[in-house]
Amino acid sequence: MPIDCKKLKSIKEAISLIKPGARIMVGGFGNAGVPNMLIEVLTESGVKDLTIISNDLGSPGVGLGKLLRNKQVKGVIGSYFNWNPEVAEAFNNGEIEVTLIPQGTMAEAIRAAGVGIPAFYTPTGVGTELAKGKETKTFNGKECVLQEAIGADFSLIKAHKSDELGNLVYYKTARNFNPLMAMGAVVTIAEIDEIVPTGSLDPECIVTPHIFVDILCLGR
Amino acid sequence: MNLVTIVEKEAARIRIAKRIARELEEMPKPLFANLGVGIPTMVPEYIKSEEIYIQAENGILGVGPPAAPGKEDRNLIDAGRRPITERKGCSYFDSATSFGMIRGGHIDVTVIGALEVDQEGNIANWIIPNGKQLGVGGAMDLVTGAKSVIVAMTHTTGDGKSKILSRCTLPITGYGALDLLVTELAVMRFVEGKLVLEEIAPEITLDELRQLTDAHFHTANELKVMRD
Repeated sequence: MPIDCKKLKSIKEAISLIKPGARIMVGGFGNAGVPNMLIEVLTESGVKDLTIISNDLGSPGVGLGKLLRNKQVKGVIGSYFNWNPEVAEAFNNGEIEVTLIPQGTMAEAIRAAGVGIPAFYTPTGVGTELAKGKETKTFNGKECVLQEAIGADFSLIKAHKSDELGNLVYYKTARNFNPLMAMGAVVTIAEIDEIVPTGSLDPECIVTPHIFVDILCLGR
Repeated sequence: MNLVTIVEKEAARIRIAKRIARELEEMPKPLFANLGVGIPTMVPEYIKSEEIYIQAENGILGVGPPAAPGKEDRNLIDAGRRPITERKGCSYFDSATSFGMIRGGHIDVTVIGALEVDQEGNIANWIIPNGKQLGVGGAMDLVTGAKSVIVAMTHTTGDGKSKILSRCTLPITGYGALDLLVTELAVMRFVEGKLVLEEIAPEITLDELRQLTDAHFHTANELKVMRD
């Protein structure tokens, strides 16, 4: 049976939806689970003034590091940029804005955006530099900081397989932020390794239900 | 006294890892542990118990040994980006679930490195403000959420300055978060707001240890000699 998938588009077509100034979530942790082909074409597009929400910015010139080198990034929101020293460099030169968030708080804030929760309290980071200026409240004797949800216009995610509807499964530690970002953005573009007939994925094993997926692109 | 010569650097790291492995062996089982980068990742080499499960915050419970050269899978890594293997019965999950385990108090112990700790149990391990670093990762979630926090670090800096202070000078990761501190020279527990020396390395005296430690600490009634 030939594959019949209305969500399947070329990477170029998908990326052409992204306009200057967009807020984009990008999946991945280190170099695992990064939608590299989508990033490649986004870099070629030259679209500027992007705000990138991602755990890290890859390595120098690798993954999201490409977008940074190409001066397409206006701001980054993430948890760990030490793997790419060019982030600190660009920040120190006043070229980009950087917002650091504890990794768990960031993951939950992205999830919150996707599930209709505008903000939540967390004990993580209380009293530290990263909680400066954030509201606090004490619950059961434990002080917590208020974190607002983090949403975006687009999410660029990496999954392993999709069926024709867009139900996704992931691969090992390449899962990381991807299922959360699938929920957290207005338009979710998933780069996948393989597309399979609907019904061939075990429904018990589907991680991201297709309701969260708008566009599918084959990454290889 | 030149501290660096008391215990050579690699021997110091091995001693700390072995001592922490013993601590984990003695904790109730099953034990769920998250290990930071550096000395903490050496700990599993010295663990014998089958019931210690390693979690990595990038989304795996049941981390196996490091991947053999040539057998690496770039999509199977730990939180320090090292290629790892699966342990039988391991599972994968997204980052929110992963930090749910951590923040939700399901992880029994985290073993982390630190730049400084102090007598108030504060831990500083996320940044040296020098303009070159921009990253916190999961450090704050881990020290806040894990039931027990073990710090693994050398007693002093490379130039012999105490890393155990009366008050941390670097930005704090977690206030009062410390439970156990293991260096190559001492084992100290943070109990009821006090730093208590429980074990001392065989190479030094208590007076010498005090000279090498800026923090004020108490001494346990039964002070033991530290063994690997």
